[in-house]
Amino acid sequence: MSHHLINLKDLECSAIQELLHLTDRFVEVGQRSIPKVPALRGKTVAMLFFEDSTRTRLSFDLAAKRLSADVLEFPTHSSSLSKGESIRDTVETVQSMGVDALIVRHSSGGLPREIADRVKDSIVIINAGDGANAHPTQGLLDAYTLCQHFHGVAGPQASLAGIHIGIIGDIKHSRVARSDVHAYTSLGATVTLVAPESLQPLDLEDWPVKITQDLDSVLPTLDVVGLLRIQKERMEDGLIQSLAQYVESYGITEARAKTLRNEVVITHPGPVNRGIELAEAVLEHRENVLIQRQVKNGVAVRMAVLFRLLGSGVEID
Amino acid sequence: MADRERRMTRPYGGVFFARTTVLDAAQVERALTRISHEILERNQGLENVVLVALQTGGVEIARLIARSLFKIDGVDVPMGTLDVALYRDDIGLRPVMPEAETEIPVDLAGKIVVLVDDVLFTGRTIRAALDALTDFGRPRSVQLAVVIDRGHRELPIRPDFVGKNLPTRRDEVVDVNPEGVLLGEMRK
Repeated sequence: MSHHLINLKDLECSAIQELLHLTDRFVEVGQRSIPKVPALRGKTVAMLFFEDSTRTRLSFDLAAKRLSADVLEFPTHSSSLSKGESIRDTVETVQSMGVDALIVRHSSGGLPREIADRVKDSIVIINAGDGANAHPTQGLLDAYTLCQHFHGVAGPQASLAGIHIGIIGDIKHSRVARSDVHAYTSLGATVTLVAPESLQPLDLEDWPVKITQDLDSVLPTLDVVGLLRIQKERMEDGLIQSLAQYVESYGITEARAKTLRNEVVITHPGPVNRGIELAEAVLEHRENVLIQRQVKNGVAVRMAVLFRLLGSGVEID
Repeated sequence: MADRERRMTRPYGGVFFARTTVLDAAQVERALTRISHEILERNQGLENVVLVALQTGGVEIARLIARSLFKIDGVDVPMGTLDVALYRDDIGLRPVMPEAETEIPVDLAGKIVVLVDDVLFTGRTIRAALDALTDFGRPRSVQLAVVIDRGHRELPIRPDFVGKNLPTRRDEVVDVNPEGVLLGEMRK
């Protein structure tokens, strides 16, 4: 039992389903001419983004505002952090100001959990991405987007049973991949990870997935092609030899896209490296590229998480 | 009583025990037929009338009223549903979950909205509903139809159409469904 959202690993399948079902409601709110509800009036949400982020930050910001919560932006670059203030001091300061939730992003895995262990019980910690560890709201929004695509809505018993999802790219360094695997497999999907050996995770034996280095052998069996962003610095680290070679083996090029069945959908957490993970022409012209849908659902999922933790009066179990 | 009301009413997760039958199925049907006639009479027809059912207890009742209005006047009145959980003023004071569908099929601007619920109690659900409605447009007027008015109002809200006024104790529970109205209590 926890009143935080740190890692989807902590959640039972039923808790994930409940959050996705709640997301259905907030998707509906987003379609209204006035897409804002007073549910979290008087609550204050502080954004502590120690690592750069545009879309996740905007998405949380919009989600909180659409619930009528007040949002406190903590500018980690211009603030006293650059003067050597520790994260602990920062958290204590924000806590003393009386915020109700901290949305934390940091490049080191495990920090949100450490903060959760230190803050007052009344404060909710939401992990917005920690190192290569977890990005729970991304996992939820990806799962929601697929439920919505295949079933229209999540419904009370969200399920991805019978669906084969490939996650392709830099699994090793990806918190998105980790959270996606948890969300997808909890909902009954079959997941295959596709990556060169150098980008496969080391702790793989605990993962309920198959793994391969050969994209073309698994591609015809996939219902969902889940792409991950490749960081350019991986090349500098020598983990991939060249971008051209990566595209050759793992990119969804125009030629590869032509081999996909029409109903196969493509996801990507964004921002896309155009021409690397996904060819420009595929991105622009293929139907069933769900990227915009993922972004849109991200707001609704984060509204569901914020409301569930701050407003519902019910703990996540 | 709807499953959510059961779970969100103290004692949470209790079981409803009926003590008396207040209305039987035939009496509920007669009350809804009378309410339908009153809606017609008050609004001199059904032009611009929209039924908006409060989730979850009002939905079945609104369906029956819509059916009855069709029988009387031959008009299919548009019907929407509204879950007011996100507009409640007791968020944080008790468990609140928006679990049911909100679907308003028409623009409410200029319409006569008849809110439909099973039981009118403190009036707080209706207050939340009035707030929620304004997010969907500006109706010309809003009227309220309920099967049971059980008293104990905490806000200046009154129903326009009532099936039955039922004096109750605060801790009693009223269960309304098309098969009848029961008065009883929740027990753990």
